[in-house]
Amino acid sequence: MRRLLFDSLLKGPVTEAPPAPDPDALAELAQAVNRRARERLGRSLSIRAVDAGSCNACELELHALNNPFYDLERYGLHFVASPRHADVLVVTGPVTKNMREALERTYAATPDPKWVVAVGNCAANGGVFAGSYAVVGGVSKVVPVDLHIPGCPPSPRQLLAGLLALLETAR
Amino acid sequence: MTRTIPAFESLAELADACGQVPGHEPWPRIVVDAALWRRLGRQLAQGQWALLGLWGDTGRVHAALADAEGLLVATLECPDGRFDSLAAVHPPALRLERAIRDLWGYEPVGLPDTRPWLDHDRWGVLQPHGAATEVPATGADYPFLPAEGESLHQIPVGPVHAGIIEPGHFRFTANGETVVRLEERLGYVHKGIEKLLAGADLMRGAELAGRCSGDSTVAYALAFSRAVEAALGVEAPPRAHWLRALMAELERLANHLGDIGAVCNDAAFAILHAHCGVLRERVLRAADAAFGHRLMRDRIVPGGIVGDVDSKGFAAIAAVIDEIERRFPALSELYENTASLQDRTAGTGILEPGLAARYAAGGFVGRASGRAFDARRFAAYPPYTRLAFPVPVLKAGDVDARVRIRMLEVDASLSLVRQILERLPPGELWVTLPAGAGEGLALVEGFRGDVLAWVRVASGRIERCHLRDPSWFQWPLLEAAIDGNIVADFPLCNKSFNCSYSGHDL
Repeated sequence: MRRLLFDSLLKGPVTEAPPAPDPDALAELAQAVNRRARERLGRSLSIRAVDAGSCNACELELHALNNPFYDLERYGLHFVASPRHADVLVVTGPVTKNMREALERTYAATPDPKWVVAVGNCAANGGVFAGSYAVVGGVSKVVPVDLHIPGCPPSPRQLLAGLLALLETAR
Repeated sequence: MTRTIPAFESLAELADACGQVPGHEPWPRIVVDAALWRRLGRQLAQGQWALLGLWGDTGRVHAALADAEGLLVATLECPDGRFDSLAAVHPPALRLERAIRDLWGYEPVGLPDTRPWLDHDRWGVLQPHGAATEVPATGADYPFLPAEGESLHQIPVGPVHAGIIEPGHFRFTANGETVVRLEERLGYVHKGIEKLLAGADLMRGAELAGRCSGDSTVAYALAFSRAVEAALGVEAPPRAHWLRALMAELERLANHLGDIGAVCNDAAFAILHAHCGVLRERVLRAADAAFGHRLMRDRIVPGGIVGDVDSKGFAAIAAVIDEIERRFPALSELYENTASLQDRTAGTGILEPGLAARYAAGGFVGRASGRAFDARRFAAYPPYTRLAFPVPVLKAGDVDARVRIRMLEVDASLSLVRQILERLPPGELWVTLPAGAGEGLALVEGFRGDVLAWVRVASGRIERCHLRDPSWFQWPLLEAAIDGNIVADFPLCNKSFNCSYSGHDL
């Protein structure tokens, strides 16, 4: 272990510079933020991820945000274990009917002020699963959504750009 | 007087005796009567062959059986909607039959557990593949199995879990710290994929198949495409086979690296998590450079693959293979030399080899418990017949063994990628599919185990497609492996299994 630690010290971090905020996400967010009458959040933002029926690809890329390349925590963004600790709900999947109530209850358990970010094409409108007997077809049909991040799945850079946009505008 | 049914020694003998249904490739399909169905069930229970799948179809049910030599699909017509439960004698069939009951409305006679499985009473429709009757969605309570005794308490967990994980419910019954029963309730991410597949064209089929379980998008697209190609009697060009295998091995590498780190992280050993996370990210970036998508989604289609790899892409893959070969040994060594980590993984969550064999557990779950099964060998699909690779097997069956199998498979995949890069043949990437009809079966080794795809196509459309995730036969074993362990070791055990929720729930 000493050798690995020493190596890491000499080589420097692999962590990369943040990407520029995505203009589309910014525009969408601006409206949501107006609606919320400029509630002010602290710099440190807590995110609770809810899988509402995703295929797990979005989860893989959300996980990647915590790897040393993206290192989400340096922006003051961190994933928390309970909706009670969260400012932002990141929701993936087309919202299966079997997960609808769980999503509603998670939303209800999140204290105000709160933001909802729908991640992935399925979360926007059901994606390839739209029209199935088993899916509601989009997060906004169940809880109000402040920001959509498209992609199947969105790459960590796209996720980061969206989350950064949220943070910068929400301050 | 009862008719005597001969006990067949092998599935090949059975296929010869029963007469094969024409147009089912590459393995035979036979139609059996109720008496032979029951007989096959008893032989399953005796361990003469393994159950690799069990699914509903219009007016019938199919069972995929495997012995040492090959595969066979046995079909039982059930025009009255009733069939003899295989689960009554062979428990691995239990959840599959509960799912058939929910989706098709067929009644498995003698089913030991008649609680719904995928149907949570939320769809507003009953038996979506069968009668599809509209009903009010009431979300009826689900009765968990009772556990009675002094000082027992229950811990309900999920469906929304604490990490960035898929949803499912775990009901622990514990005595102090010790788990005396774990019961899983799944189905939360059921998206009705098989219903969407029915009537879809082949390209949409590939798209849906690649979204059953995101971490196995390559394996699913490959299984689906191979099943369609078998049904239509076409063969993808050689270069497509080799590039498909290249993607499959990159997917295996990325997932195994992620899992090794995540298991160590669940034992609070974060440095391995960070280092494995870096290597995983490098693999995904190389995949992106070569195939244009980090997870290589929508690249494999029936008939071949979409798009070639340019020299930059190959260079990116070669570079990442070099890097992992250089850096991974130090990580294995660190795992090996950290007693506090091994204290958590060794002897934890033991899956008995007998159970792994009975459930035909695939992937690292089976191979860490003595079951030497790998679809790349068993189904011998190209190009693996021309590649050299070991199938590592251990017997300990604990978390440690499941980590070690992954480590050995990282080495094997690195070697496979090298072989593919060296010997990749030139040529076409896809063939035009004929507009024929037929039935096809494919078994493909994903990182988690064997993915089974069965399809019936006609005039360029899917009539029926069934996709079976390896998790179907691994989830029930997690319940067994955690027995007698402490609650705090559950995340470790769960991560070492890393079953797919979405692949299972479909």
